[in-house]
Amino acid sequence: MKETRYIKAINEALHEEMARDETVFIIGEDVGAPGGAFGGTRGLLQAFGERRVRDTPISESAIVGLALGAAMKGLRPVVEIMFADFLPVCMDQIVNQIAKTRFMFGGQFTAPLVIRAPGGAGLNAGPQHSQSLEAWFAHIPGLKVVMPATPADAKGLLKSAIRDDDPVLFLEHKALYATSGAIPEEEYLVPIGKADVRRTGRDVTIVTASRMVYQTLEAAETLAGQGTDAEVIDLRSLTPLDKDAIFKSVEKTSRLVIAHEAVKSFGIGAEIAAMISEEMIDVLDAPIARVGAPFSPVPFSQEGDYLPNASDIVRAVEKVMTY
Amino acid sequence: MNKPQKSTPAASSKAAPKPSNTAAAGAIPNDDGFLELHYSMLRVRRVEERLLQVFSEGKIPGFIHVSIGQEAVATGVCSCLTPADTIFTTHRGHGHTLAKGMELKPFMAEIYGRANGACHGNSGSMHVASSEAGVGGANGIVGAGLPISLGSAFASAFKGEDSVTAVFFGDGASNQGTFHESMNLAALWNLPLIFVCENNGWAQFTSQKSYMKIDSIARRAEGYGMPGVTVDGDDVLQVREGMRAAVARARAGNGPTLLECKTYRWFGHYAGDPQKYRPANDLEQTRKVDCIANFEKFLIGSGLADRGQLDAVDAGLRAEIDEAIAHAEAAPAAPRGQFLNDVYA
Ligand SMILES: Cc1ncc(C[n+]2csc(CCOP(=O)(O)OP(=O)(O)O)c2C)c(N)n1
Ligand SMILES: [Mg+2]
Repeated sequence: MKETRYIKAINEALHEEMARDETVFIIGEDVGAPGGAFGGTRGLLQAFGERRVRDTPISESAIVGLALGAAMKGLRPVVEIMFADFLPVCMDQIVNQIAKTRFMFGGQFTAPLVIRAPGGAGLNAGPQHSQSLEAWFAHIPGLKVVMPATPADAKGLLKSAIRDDDPVLFLEHKALYATSGAIPEEEYLVPIGKADVRRTGRDVTIVTASRMVYQTLEAAETLAGQGTDAEVIDLRSLTPLDKDAIFKSVEKTSRLVIAHEAVKSFGIGAEIAAMISEEMIDVLDAPIARVGAPFSPVPFSQEGDYLPNASDIVRAVEKVMTY
Repeated sequence: MNKPQKSTPAASSKAAPKPSNTAAAGAIPNDDGFLELHYSMLRVRRVEERLLQVFSEGKIPGFIHVSIGQEAVATGVCSCLTPADTIFTTHRGHGHTLAKGMELKPFMAEIYGRANGACHGNSGSMHVASSEAGVGGANGIVGAGLPISLGSAFASAFKGEDSVTAVFFGDGASNQGTFHESMNLAALWNLPLIFVCENNGWAQFTSQKSYMKIDSIARRAEGYGMPGVTVDGDDVLQVREGMRAAVARARAGNGPTLLECKTYRWFGHYAGDPQKYRPANDLEQTRKVDCIANFEKFLIGSGLADRGQLDAVDAGLRAEIDEAIAHAEAAPAAPRGQFLNDVYA
């Protein structure tokens, strides 16, 4: 194992996959010589040349559409969209075109491409550079959506995403870029659609993803001090969702809390809560609780106030435990 | 199928008269392929006439958009392309798709929503595609095919192939941001792409005059650094000439062209559109220009074909279409829940 930063892990995955597969190419704004706005594509231009590392005009629809057309012809594009907040700019290409290509054309054409985009708050980037929009995309059949929390998962999932025959939206968290963690020295993949149990516990299941994994683990430590043994599930992928992992855990604990950074209303927490209510309400010993951001855009100067944190999770668990 | 043989070089002598609406002197290339052009245009028209008929009989779910009157654009453009080349088209894409070489049976079965349709009956008229024929798909979102076509052209260049891509779009679509983004990027990267603007003067219920300041969409090309050419889209030979030059340029690695083909929409925006928004004399004027009748006059006048021959082609087409319709109507609907199999690999 080696200590590696999250952004470096992403960069390594790109280097390895480009070396492995001639059809992989990078496209996005400032991805060439500058190496990407956050350094994700550093060194790729030097290693693979302009043919495979393409700097573009600021034209998100053209970039993403180009990736689709190229994927339909057998290439494997990896798009970088500088901030996840810019995905709505090219929403038609993602939702109406890419997601539906295989379906609309009866499999005659497919869209094996990856769109990388950093979401999330934590850098005081303001209302248009801090959102967590994953639920929008998880709502669209045809897309796969992943959001890694650790450097190891970032690398392994990105490599899987590039090899996947379906379009994958790869949501990085910009506040995690500088964090580091251990990753294997040798080559490895992390499968899309498999959650990871970050902490095992008996009393309550907390389902989370991306940066909130860390807040959740912190909360779990606090809770352990209070005698509550929490199981923490890091989804890693939203689509396909690892229902088995969630169900298995809830069967064991009979209590469920879902924690995410996105606005709570209509978020992935709502989906998971509904799923459990529909399919296994009988095992629950308490109502399901959700932790998420308030119904407001991300405030530039008051992120601390806005973002859900470990104490919010502790409070939610306490409520569920004392029901 | 009684697809015509290539006409012999001797048959197309220099003395051949021009089709009546060909503007430029000497625009008629002394070559073969005239009968194929005729066949292709007539095939599109006959197919769409039948589609209108079966649609009005309630046999086709959803809605359809026909391109009757605009066949010279589809045929002229696609006659310059090979199966290795790719087109992307629009909601009004039957003609482009057939002219590019898609088989009629899977085409028809798709429009009927049958299991054996090209897209498994998932999509219908607005999304017909054929990987075999190089049809990257019709599109229900105005202007959305343009960015996708960039990628197809990019892939040709990336792989070092000399194939080209053509993207069809309407006058209305030229006001989408995707048009401008795509023109800029294609010019910047010298992509082997031909932007074919099929200007029929209408965007749904609104006429071009009322939604844009300029007449000529081709002029916009200059702003992006590529040639912009306007041709009479009702003259199949003019369209072919314009397209030939654009394809030659693209294949030689010299980049994209915007080819604007001015034509007329004979019918409503969609089948069944009462067209109350359309001035009475507009429809009348529009139908005075018939690309197929004009071309037939030219073929007969120049001795390339006689009426009997052309009628035989027509009869052959009608038989082919009858067969495709019967095939679609006899085909089973998609099995319950089958659509779920096409969402992911
Ligand atoms: C993004 C989008 N906006 C509006 C529509 C509705 N619509 C469908 S076709 C059309 C008119 C398109 O006009 P044009 O591009 O000139 O093509 P034509 O129908 O004349 O072939 C409109 C407004 C749509 N399908 N997609
Ligand atoms: Mg139009």
